[in-house]
Amino acid sequence: MKQELMTKIIKVVLTIAIVWFFYWALTNNYFAKLFESPNEFFVLLQQHMTLVGISSLLAVAVALPLAIFVTRPKFKRTEWFISNIVNFGYTIPNMAILALMMGILGIGFKTALFALFLYSILPVFRNTVAGIHSVNSNLIDAAKGMGFKPHQILLRVELPNAAYSILAGIRTAVVINIGATALASLVGGGGLGNWIFTGIKMFDNGILLSGAIPIILLALLTDLILRGIEILVVSKGTRV
Amino acid sequence: MITYENVSKVYNGEVKAVDDVSFHVEAGETVVLLGPSGCGKTTLLRMVNGLESITNGDIQIDGKSTSALNKIDLRRNIGYVIQSNGLFPNMNIEQNVTVVPDLLGWDRKKKGDRYNYLMDLVGLNPDQFRKRYPHELSGGQQQRIGVVRALAADPPVMLMDEPFGALDPIIRERVQDEFLHIQQEVHKTILFVSHDIDEAIKMGDKIALMKDGKLMQYDPPADMLSQPKNDFVSQFVGQDRTLKRLNIHTLADLVQVMDLNESDATIEETKELLVTSSLRDTLSLILDQQVRQIIVVDNKGNNLGAIDFSIVKDYLSTRGGTESLSFSS
Repeated sequence: MKQELMTKIIKVVLTIAIVWFFYWALTNNYFAKLFESPNEFFVLLQQHMTLVGISSLLAVAVALPLAIFVTRPKFKRTEWFISNIVNFGYTIPNMAILALMMGILGIGFKTALFALFLYSILPVFRNTVAGIHSVNSNLIDAAKGMGFKPHQILLRVELPNAAYSILAGIRTAVVINIGATALASLVGGGGLGNWIFTGIKMFDNGILLSGAIPIILLALLTDLILRGIEILVVSKGTRV
Repeated sequence: MITYENVSKVYNGEVKAVDDVSFHVEAGETVVLLGPSGCGKTTLLRMVNGLESITNGDIQIDGKSTSALNKIDLRRNIGYVIQSNGLFPNMNIEQNVTVVPDLLGWDRKKKGDRYNYLMDLVGLNPDQFRKRYPHELSGGQQQRIGVVRALAADPPVMLMDEPFGALDPIIRERVQDEFLHIQQEVHKTILFVSHDIDEAIKMGDKIALMKDGKLMQYDPPADMLSQPKNDFVSQFVGQDRTLKRLNIHTLADLVQVMDLNESDATIEETKELLVTSSLRDTLSLILDQQVRQIIVVDNKGNNLGAIDFSIVKDYLSTRGGTESLSFSS
């Protein structure tokens, strides 16, 4: 009861803050840049979304199989090792990975893509592993006892029951990724970060916000879409 | 149907979970593996479908060694029920029930028919439950679905690992009765793990009593109660084993070996008791002393004679009890 009230208060306060912020930004004409050069905006937006899309897809393509691999009974011993490598990767600051990659791959789109990809692996990997581990061992036992083959246990029992956790991991990774992609600008990777850093350098809030606000909206919209997908994909029986 | 031949299970080269166990289960029989926790009864059960490996010895089903069979095929032909029902939360009830037929590649129509038939068998409305999910059901309903699911592909053998252990006593009794009723219809060969002597007496055609991995006694419940082979058995079946025996025997058993008293038509305070009643109910009525005469009648209402305490007592002593009812009437 107390918690519910708290949540409600926070929601109301946040909504007021956001509305006020937009009102403030609009009345101070901070979106001028956006309306002055819409063509440039769409090029940057496209770069931004391409970076997020490709790096996220690659991260899922690597993290999901890796998580499935370490949770197989046969390869259980590799979990400690692989989890630690992935965790370690995440402890390196975002900027440092960019700088490091720049030394290896030079500047440009590829460097940014690779750094973002590395940074997105952990949330997907960790949530997938946790999701599969959280599947009741009695279910696995029952499935085995009824004659499920190992891949049938994975596809029909483990993944469907871990789906909520896995999708939550992907959602977290993508939303973080959208924000982090602003840094791509630093290594010449393009994206809406270009305007943010230009704005910072020129002390021009208008340019800065014209880059920052669309990123926020993109993150919120993506979150909403991924939640929609969650409802479609996750079985009603596991959403208690 | 199922034969254990000198079966042993050794962990880490020294801990003997199962120690040289041999017994045979006839087709259509329910055998309860009974014993305190850690006695190896669950291990013994799980060896049948290969969930536990066998260190020494052999288990045969229909004369074929299980070690020679493909494990996946073997398991699909054995029904498996566990205590925490093991229903898949992501599947609705119909999908849960027909999961093994689905693995076996049955077509849609056949699966649907089987689902309807089985749900009717346990008295659950097929349409009402079809699209619901396990978490929406009560514990008793979930456990019944668990049993139904094990029956889905009509396997000749069922393994049940404390299937009703998590249910509260009232629900458990109802589900047990229902299961006995189903068993009369389906005639499966059943291995049933339990730690509850009352459940074992009720459900089992025979009981295999285990201790520290060893088989202590393998007998029908009545024999185990009347002739416990050693101190452990008599202790495990309990001080009140004579009372428990009353549950197993019915008046029908009694009238086959004992003569009843002539009924006295002049006594008005009379009560009739069906010949299918258990001796427990009979004795309860005798001790109640509400009536002066209890007349045993058969299904057609024919008077078979009057019964009293001494007849029940004599009957029990003829059944080989080492203890007989010793209090006076």
